[in-house]
Amino acid sequence: MSAHAHTDAHGTPQGSGHGGGHGGDAHAQGHGDVGTQHPISIYLWIWGLLFVFSGFSYMVDYFQLHGMLRWGLIIFFMLVKAGFIVAIFMHMAWERLALKLAILAPPVALLVLISLMAVEGDYTFMTRLASFVH
Amino acid sequence: MNTETAGSLPGLSGASADMAADKQAFAVPWGKAMMWIFLLSDTFIFSCFLTSYMNVRMSTTEKWPNPSEVFALTVNGHHIPLLLIAIMTMVLITSSGTMAMAVNFGYRRNRAMTTKLMLATAAFGVMFVSMQAFEWTKLIVDEGVRPWGNPMGAAQFGSSFFMITGFHGLHVSCGVIYLTIVALRVRSGFYDRKGTYETVEVAGLYWHFVDLVWVFIFAFFYLW
Repeated sequence: MSAHAHTDAHGTPQGSGHGGGHGGDAHAQGHGDVGTQHPISIYLWIWGLLFVFSGFSYMVDYFQLHGMLRWGLIIFFMLVKAGFIVAIFMHMAWERLALKLAILAPPVALLVLISLMAVEGDYTFMTRLASFVH
Repeated sequence: MNTETAGSLPGLSGASADMAADKQAFAVPWGKAMMWIFLLSDTFIFSCFLTSYMNVRMSTTEKWPNPSEVFALTVNGHHIPLLLIAIMTMVLITSSGTMAMAVNFGYRRNRAMTTKLMLATAAFGVMFVSMQAFEWTKLIVDEGVRPWGNPMGAAQFGSSFFMITGFHGLHVSCGVIYLTIVALRVRSGFYDRKGTYETVEVAGLYWHFVDLVWVFIFAFFYLW
């Protein structure tokens, strides 16, 4: 249903502020209303799940878990929460693929930066150790 | 600008006509597309901060202060790790929920509920920033953390902490102002006259992003 509403989208910039009465404006309203209205229950579900997963993250620290289990759980809960927020609260799940790609693909490049800086951090650490030992 | 005039005007007005010509790539209101692009750039800024934090934390030879202990609170003689941070997280998630509901009621054209929920969201934002101010005060005054050093270990702890949480707190503060302005416009019937409530959704995007960034800060700075 929502997919249909979005294929209908004409891409007319809405709400120009003028011409409140004419037909184009009424159509713009229709698009806005149909395309973005979802049952309230889905928001309440996601809201609840965000609380649950935040609680889980906190428990990881509270019970002082360590090692791979700790890092794995922290990252997992973080990604689940981020996914829920972007997909449902920010409505990305219902956007067209062009917008999804334009917004979600560029951050993948950050993985390169993170890897390079991890290698660099490791190298700096080794260099410091080596020079402090002397 | 009409397509007829685009391509025929000279100079700056021609450039403006070309730029504003009917060549829309994304089938969403322009405000929403622009907000997404702004948030994308903000993603890169926050990622740079978090990556530099990772770099200094990996490269320091001194012990990194244990956040679980640094941010612990003692309540009635019980030592509870990360208590304030847990409450701040819950407050921010609550505000995200009220914002999502506000957007929903906005598209149902429910002016009163949208106003109330947006003001509630802004109030939770104020609560978050207040707790952050308390946290900073405790850290600076009681624990002696400074951007250039601290008694618990690696000097970079302070600079990373103040930079990352400070920039996030700035976003929350700006968001509170932004949401309040939009909420007052909702109440005045501005968006009913305009014929669309999409500004509420755009403001919602910003607010959810602030919550999203906190998810990463919480994981990488406080739990790591």
